[in-house]
Amino acid sequence: MTFTDVWRRHDFGAVSRRIASKTPADVRRALGRPRGSVDLEDLAALLSPAASAYLEDMAQASHQYTLERFGPTMRLYAPLYLSNVCANVCTYCGFSAHNRIRRKVLTDAETLAEARVLRGHGFDSVLLVTGEAGRVGRDYLAGSLRLLRPHFSGLWIEVQPLPEEDYGALAAEGMSAVMVYQETYEPAAYARHHLSGPKADMAWRLETPDRVGRAGVKKVGLGALFGLSDWRTDAWFTGLHLRHVETVHWRTRTSISFPRLRPHEGEEIPVTPFSERDLVQAACAFRLLSPETELSLSTRESEAFRNRAFRLGFTSMSAGSRTNPGGYASAPESLEQFAIDDNRSPAAVAAFLRSQGYEPVWKDWDSTYDGFAERGGARRAAAQALAL
Amino acid sequence: MRRSLEASGTQLVTVALGRVRTGGEPDDILGHLDTARYRLLPNTSGTRSAREAVLAAELAREALETNWLKLEIHPDPKYLMPDPVETLEATELLVKRGFIVLPYVHADPVLCKRLEEAGAAAVMPLGSPIGSALGLESRAFLEIIIAQSRVPVVVDAGLGAPSHAAAALEMGADAVLVNTAIAAAGNPVAMAEAFRLGVEAGRTAREAGLGGRASAGAPARASATSPLTSFLGGGAP
Repeated sequence: MTFTDVWRRHDFGAVSRRIASKTPADVRRALGRPRGSVDLEDLAALLSPAASAYLEDMAQASHQYTLERFGPTMRLYAPLYLSNVCANVCTYCGFSAHNRIRRKVLTDAETLAEARVLRGHGFDSVLLVTGEAGRVGRDYLAGSLRLLRPHFSGLWIEVQPLPEEDYGALAAEGMSAVMVYQETYEPAAYARHHLSGPKADMAWRLETPDRVGRAGVKKVGLGALFGLSDWRTDAWFTGLHLRHVETVHWRTRTSISFPRLRPHEGEEIPVTPFSERDLVQAACAFRLLSPETELSLSTRESEAFRNRAFRLGFTSMSAGSRTNPGGYASAPESLEQFAIDDNRSPAAVAAFLRSQGYEPVWKDWDSTYDGFAERGGARRAAAQALAL
Repeated sequence: MRRSLEASGTQLVTVALGRVRTGGEPDDILGHLDTARYRLLPNTSGTRSAREAVLAAELAREALETNWLKLEIHPDPKYLMPDPVETLEATELLVKRGFIVLPYVHADPVLCKRLEEAGAAAVMPLGSPIGSALGLESRAFLEIIIAQSRVPVVVDAGLGAPSHAAAALEMGADAVLVNTAIAAAGNPVAMAEAFRLGVEAGRTAREAGLGGRASAGAPARASATSPLTSFLGGGAP
């Protein structure tokens, strides 16, 4: 059974109405559940307008659960844009095929130059990002992974949905996570915002986390792009998707992101409301639904907001992000996918976290465990420890 | 036994094939079972390995004309603890042979997921050691199994009182399997009736939506710290 079968059983409009009908008593019941016992009906209550009055209670619980599970830590990572060439026409994205921007696919030398800068900042986990293009497929990605593997222990991708065998092949090259955001779970809105190109195939995208899970990739990241449709309902469907992955692909770790529409190259489009307050409510609701899932806080958000919100359930943050290919090593040019809003350096973000009693975590995996010989650090350290 | 079955309201009755006379002569156990009313669930009680269990299953299918099978493999004669390794292997083999397999296992969440993937039709984790009447000693693990299972969960073994059955159903279990508590009661028919009521109470409470309970880590405990959301403008009354 794939997620498409699960998704078809829930009408988007009916779910919206169910969320709207939730009462303060429903919210209190959800808040009273023992940890780990919040179900999808409770999630609907926690995402509802009625829960707004309980946001402080939700934040306290979310903060507490996160501390108990993860400790006062924050994983730091950076996106590494490899290409902005894209065959899709999407209303909200700077890479959209109709936008007249300079297109670029990084060469090996350019990719390594980016890697050097990111290593210099201290990053050990990078998220490889591309648009969707034939020449930036499995072979190009596998080559990039081989190139970057000696330099980073965490190699994640955010690219077009791939077939299951491609995920297996990339995992064998060291890829440990796939981020694939559904953008919206509402069919009409999906069609409205994905005008042409392979991305217009909604079902292929809906089933991507299933293919990632079947291929045995360690982690899959889910999310909706808030601003395209009703955020509460899209967040609920993201929760439905999370539960599906947790039960069917139970070996796979999960993470949830909360991207909001940001200014970008191209025409202005109508944006549905999604405030910072709403973002906090969504994140806290997910923490209550799943005490184990990782929650990511983007550099799309402002410094002021991130400095307050990071402790409300989040476990990872990007820092110092550039969203254009070559953006770290060469002079930033206007090739970016979207504008970021926290312009601090990674060192400044890390220093801030430390000042708040949080430990910035740069590395939480060693590729030696995967059998890659290029990085001998952990193996040497282990050998030394055993010799003592 | 017949009156106890009636009073319990059960739909499924498990029989140890090792104890059934399969040579065609009248049988003490089967003679008392109305097979139009109860689905027979032959079990592999007494087997100690996957190989033995498969042989027992084939024999049961032939003798009782059903693909349904309660798989139980316990090499340990003292506590009758199920062998997880042999059980998983036997499940894989039996599913391929077309059996509807309901394995009896420890309340081990990972094992239950592995069995589900192997094609088990349900999982039957134990509440406590068989015959112990201790109830849901494995509660914390049963809760995890129920939360993540995609097949029915039947709590098997160790239920000593109707309140244990009610608690299992409240927790979200789909059914319970009971033997000793009824068979060894002073009045088995009345006890079977009591278990029926316990199951009905638990299931009705579950469906009605149980209220939340306070527990460690619940928000009430955490709210002593300073406000976390005061930086967010407006919205809350």
